[in-house]
This record gives sequence, structure tokens and C-alpha cells, in this order.
Amino acid sequence: MRDFKSKVQSPKSNASPKSTVHSPKSRFASFTAFAALASFASFALFASPAFAQGPNLDDQVNRISKELYCPVCPNTPLDVCDTLACQQWRALIKDRLQKGESEQQIREYFVAQYGNRVLGAPPAEGFNWLAYILPGVALIVGGAAVWATARRWRATRADRAMLAQSPPLAREYSERIEKELRESSN
Amino acid sequence: MNRAAQLVVMSLIIGALAFFALGLRARGEVQPSSGVAPDFSLTTFDGQTIRLSQFRGKIVVINFWASWCIPCREEAAFLEQAWRAYKERGVVFIGVNWSDPEPDARKYLKEYAITYYNGIDLGTKIGQAYRIKGVPETFFVGKDGNLRGNILGPITPTSGFMTPNEFLKRLDALLSE
Repeated sequence: MRDFKSKVQSPKSNASPKSTVHSPKSRFASFTAFAALASFASFALFASPAFAQGPNLDDQVNRISKELYCPVCPNTPLDVCDTLACQQWRALIKDRLQKGESEQQIREYFVAQYGNRVLGAPPAEGFNWLAYILPGVALIVGGAAVWATARRWRATRADRAMLAQSPPLAREYSERIEKELRESSN
Repeated sequence: MNRAAQLVVMSLIIGALAFFALGLRARGEVQPSSGVAPDFSLTTFDGQTIRLSQFRGKIVVINFWASWCIPCREEAAFLEQAWRAYKERGVVFIGVNWSDPEPDARKYLKEYAITYYNGIDLGTKIGQAYRIKGVPETFFVGKDGNLRGNILGPITPTSGFMTPNEFLKRLDALLSE
């Protein structure tokens, strides 16, 4: 008993050995504290998935809702729409997530059930490809056109600058040639 | 810019314009109210599969609805009453549930004790065929399978679309054809 007491006593403690003796009252207090700690730990252990699931599930619902569109309001995603229809759809998403379906499965379910119009962007298939390809092609062709025009303008400006710097006689000849060319083309 | 590049740019512009024109045309489409009613099949909530064309020779009322739609609720009880009153006279009612979670749709049917054919418009294909813009919308199909008008809102005394009396008169008129 003495040994035990010395073990539980802190080595640096100056308290008398008596103070470390576990009286029935203090033992009861320790037991209560231990039980409370144990029950809290087991509660935390078993309840934590449910607590963690709450915000996580809501995040998932929001993530899916952002990509799906209200059946009533044009161009309004579910996550910002307050209609009864969207509330029901969000509840449906949550329900299916709770049943263990993945986000992709839920998206697929919504498309199967309510059509492609629930999606923010049309699926890349068939005629819809045009919507994906056209902007890129237009950007490339437009950029090429701008580049070609800018190049031509720069060349013309360089020609004019060269002409301006040339001696007066050469300039006179050049202007005459240009004038005659204009007349001949008319 | 050489000739080939000009052609590419021109064809791109024309393509883009055609693309937008198609989109605008689709947006401007109105619901059909005459001509052959688009045929469809529907699996009802109790598992039967029906097809519109199987009711040729009868008057068919197609009603698009959703449980979240308040005006649909306003006409629900009347539609059930009308169906019960006319079912023995060669009138068929088909409820097409549009963009609605199934559990809510089932609750709605139970709440209004609806007994006529009702099923989910899977992929909203029927809604697209009838070019509906929302719910409720109701279409009349004559005995010959042709559309005989539509109602683009609820059937209530004050909705301004069609009153219950006008609806019943329309059914009588179609039956007498």
C-alpha cells in the first residue's frame, strides 16, 4: 500500500503521503470523473461520425446543388433558389446522399429523371459539341485575323516611314508613281 | 488575309449565327394546341405502362403537374371530381408528373385522393414533346388523336385561364363530336 501510494505520488510533490491516500470519498470522486470521461469518450467516438456527417453532408448537398438548375426559375442554380421545387430537390439530394449514393450517381439520377436541362452546361455529345468547340475555334481564328491585320498595318506604316525618310527626289518619284498607279487603276 | 482564311471566318460567323438562331427558335416555340397529339408512354405510379395512342376513340385530358406547384394544388381536387364524373362517358385523364421528387409526388396523389392515371415524366421528355413552359398545363385530345386545345394555367374560377364550368363544357363539346 505504501508502495502504491509512492507510485501515485508525484515525485516532485511535497505533499504529505497522507494527501495521496484514496479515501472512499475521493475514490468515488475519481470513479465518477473516470466514468464521466469514459462516457464522454465513448459518446465522442460513436457520435462523431454523425456530427461530422452534418456539415459534410450539407457541403456535399451544396456542391451538387451548385451544378443543378431550378426547374422553375430560368438560369438559377438550386443552391441559391428558394422555391419549393428547389427545396424539394435539395432534400432529395440529401436523402440520396444519406442512402450512400455518390455525387456522380445523384447527378446522373437527376439527368435521367428530369432531363439535361437540369445541368448548367449541356453534356458534350452530338450537336452539343458545337457549344464547346465554337468558342475555341472562334478565338483562334479571330486571334489569327487580328494578328494578320496588325502585321499588314505595321508593314504599311514602315513603308510610309521609309518613304518619308527618303531624299526629296526619290520621294517626288515615288509620289508620281503612286499617282500614276492610282490613275491607271481608275 | 487570303481567300481561304476569309472563307473560314465567314463560315464561322454563319455557323455561330445559325447556332444562336436555333436557340432562339427553340425558346420561341409555343405549346401545340392542334394537330396530332405527340404520342408517349408513361409508367404510372402503380406500375402500369400506358400509351396515349391506346386511348384512340376516347377523349383524353393530359394534365402536367408537380407537387411543389401551388396552382396545381388549386385544381387537383376539381380534376379528380371531373374524372370521376366523366370516366364512364369515354373520357380518360392522364396526369404527367413533371420535375418532381417521387416521394413528394406520391404524397400529393394521396393527399388529393387522385385515382386517374399518373406517372413521372422521365427525363421530362413528354413535357418537351408538348413544349410546356411550366405547370400546370392541360391538353385536350379528341377521339381522333388530335389536340383540341390547351390550358396554360390552373383550372379555377378565378385563374383567368379556364373555369371549372368551362372545362366541363369543353369536355361535353368534345364528347358530342
